[in-house]
Amino acid sequence: MTKLIGRRQLLRTGAAAGFATLAMPALLRAANDPIVFGHLTPRTGFLGPMGEYAVMAVDLAVEEINAAGGIDGRPLQVIKEDSVNPQTATTKAERLVERKDLALILGEISSASALSIAQVTARANKIFINTGANSDTLRGSDCKRTMFHTEAQNVMYVNAEGQYFLQNDLVKGKRWFLLSSDYAFGHDLRKGALAFLERHGGEVAGDELIPTDATDFSSHLLTIRSAKPDLIVVNLAGTSNASFLKQYGEFGLDIPLGGFDYNSSIAWATGAQDFKGTWPCVWTHQVQTEGSQAFAKAFMDKYGKPAENQAYSDYIAVRIAAEAIAKTGGTDTDALVAYLEDPTTEFDILKERKGRFDPATHQLLQEVYAVTALDPSEVTNEWDIFKTSAALPAGDIPLEELIKGAVGGACSFS
Amino acid sequence: MVLVFLSQLLNGLLDGFYYMLIALGLSLIFSLGGIVNLAHGAFFTLGAYLALVLTPHIGFFGALIVGPLIAAVLAILMERFLFTRFYREDPLYSLLLTFGIAMIIEQSLRWYFGATPRAYSMPTELRGQVFMGDFVYSRYRMFLIAVAVVVVSAVWVLLNRTAFGRIVRAGIQNPDILGTLGISLRPYLSAVVAIAIAIAAIAGVLMAPLQPIHPMMGVEVGTAAFVVVVIGGLGSFWGVVIAALLVGLVKGAMIGLGLSQYSMLAIYLLMFVVLLLRPRGLLGERITRFE
Repeated sequence: MTKLIGRRQLLRTGAAAGFATLAMPALLRAANDPIVFGHLTPRTGFLGPMGEYAVMAVDLAVEEINAAGGIDGRPLQVIKEDSVNPQTATTKAERLVERKDLALILGEISSASALSIAQVTARANKIFINTGANSDTLRGSDCKRTMFHTEAQNVMYVNAEGQYFLQNDLVKGKRWFLLSSDYAFGHDLRKGALAFLERHGGEVAGDELIPTDATDFSSHLLTIRSAKPDLIVVNLAGTSNASFLKQYGEFGLDIPLGGFDYNSSIAWATGAQDFKGTWPCVWTHQVQTEGSQAFAKAFMDKYGKPAENQAYSDYIAVRIAAEAIAKTGGTDTDALVAYLEDPTTEFDILKERKGRFDPATHQLLQEVYAVTALDPSEVTNEWDIFKTSAALPAGDIPLEELIKGAVGGACSFS
Repeated sequence: MVLVFLSQLLNGLLDGFYYMLIALGLSLIFSLGGIVNLAHGAFFTLGAYLALVLTPHIGFFGALIVGPLIAAVLAILMERFLFTRFYREDPLYSLLLTFGIAMIIEQSLRWYFGATPRAYSMPTELRGQVFMGDFVYSRYRMFLIAVAVVVVSAVWVLLNRTAFGRIVRAGIQNPDILGTLGISLRPYLSAVVAIAIAIAAIAGVLMAPLQPIHPMMGVEVGTAAFVVVVIGGLGSFWGVVIAALLVGLVKGAMIGLGLSQYSMLAIYLLMFVVLLLRPRGLLGERITRFE
């Protein structure tokens, strides 16, 4: 018969264990102390839905790393916080960098919050890996020596998607109607898109800035209908993108459309019936490499739904950080920066080609993909409502091609 | 060009019906109980989620009826157990209370359904377009407007042509005399809150096919509803109707003029001008409680 442990005995054992831990030599403890990462990402507000994926992916990555014995035998621990807005992001980043045991910070989706975090981490000389903010200026005039980016930057998306538009004869001599979110992200993409259009001899049929909280697009759809463009370019953020697509279907327009930013979660929120167009993306669960499929399966097994692009970006950021710490043998910031920006350092980022950071901007040079909506009749399940292209650019073109023509100013790490 | 602008105005006017639906309930709860219901947007969101859950079992039209009924039952519970303590108190207390209720609803939805936006398909019967000369409109929105007109008319008839309405209106004017006459206002208060919340839920079900469903969707809507109510004048039925159409018109006109980035600003500006000229809103009455 099993004898249950009594309350008194439990207390005694607990006290003894506690005492033993305290009495243990400090050195021995340090070897088993966890390595601490800070993870900041919006979990509420209009970017919250993406933040949720980021957090799920981080949990999965930590679980896998710890199951495989941690980083150099030390367990990985991640402190996760909701960054909500730039002010909160700053406060939380400041609190995190004050911790003696903090190795680095990763995460974020909003470009404004990413900039605030980058300023705090630069002052504290800690690494910040941006996993979701697209703005070119973060890789340009606002770049930091201690900031690295696993999220692709806007210009990469514009160049990749632009290639698709060029191939389909939707640029030269064609008229584009642009709809952009009226904040930094939308302005940035709009600038990139207009520059691309001008480089390739297209015209502007319409160019509207949309308030970020807009939910009704009927008036815009009427304007688009009367402007009769050859292509609608949608640079809206988060859920407004899904609202636009749903109402585009509702008004029965039949003009090719696409945009320069995409999230699978938004495609899924739009639904098979209304999701349309071609979009650039850093990763989807359909990427056919062994690594990607393993990640997609692990995520599906754990959460019952496929991973999307934001999950991917946070997942590889944790893995890259863990690998860098293991390779440099510690969490010294200067050693980590040197290791990460070394052009010969390559990372397995679950894609065909390995990824490496551009030493001049700290952008992860990596392949991207084009996602095209399937016709509702071809859809077999609620997740595979689009198909993912082969890796872009094609294998014989260097990855540097994607960052040409960035609009965020020049980066100097001084 | 003129034709395009006119079609934008018409579209704005039609948009107004949707604002009307959300603002009307807000105004009703305020006029009777003096409660500024910050949870109104959350009940709109709840309506959309109810549509998501109910549609596979009873279809869109079933959800349009059952969803608001469920919301109304919750509203009665909320009124009975929470609102009653705050009638005729400083409105600050009810503001805090309803803000808390909004957060609880939102967090519960987030906890149960996750933060990821969900897709909802438009009923096939209502897909497609209606052509009116050069003006093209979606069939679904025509349906939405029809529902809004029916609901708003029904509320008007209920308030102005029935015994129920007479007592409610008397309760708004002078609850004490009503008590002296031996009429208890309490069941009427419950009924009004239930009706007001049900209308918000109807708006939520109607919006489900046009927007992704997510826990925060009520926040934007709630803000718009407040603007409409403030412009129209707190507690005024026709004020809400006129303000809603006006807000829609201003928005449509701004987009028609190619100034879409200023469309929200224009609506706040409209509110500013109205309040400057008429501090109680377009048709707002004196509300002794706050003076």
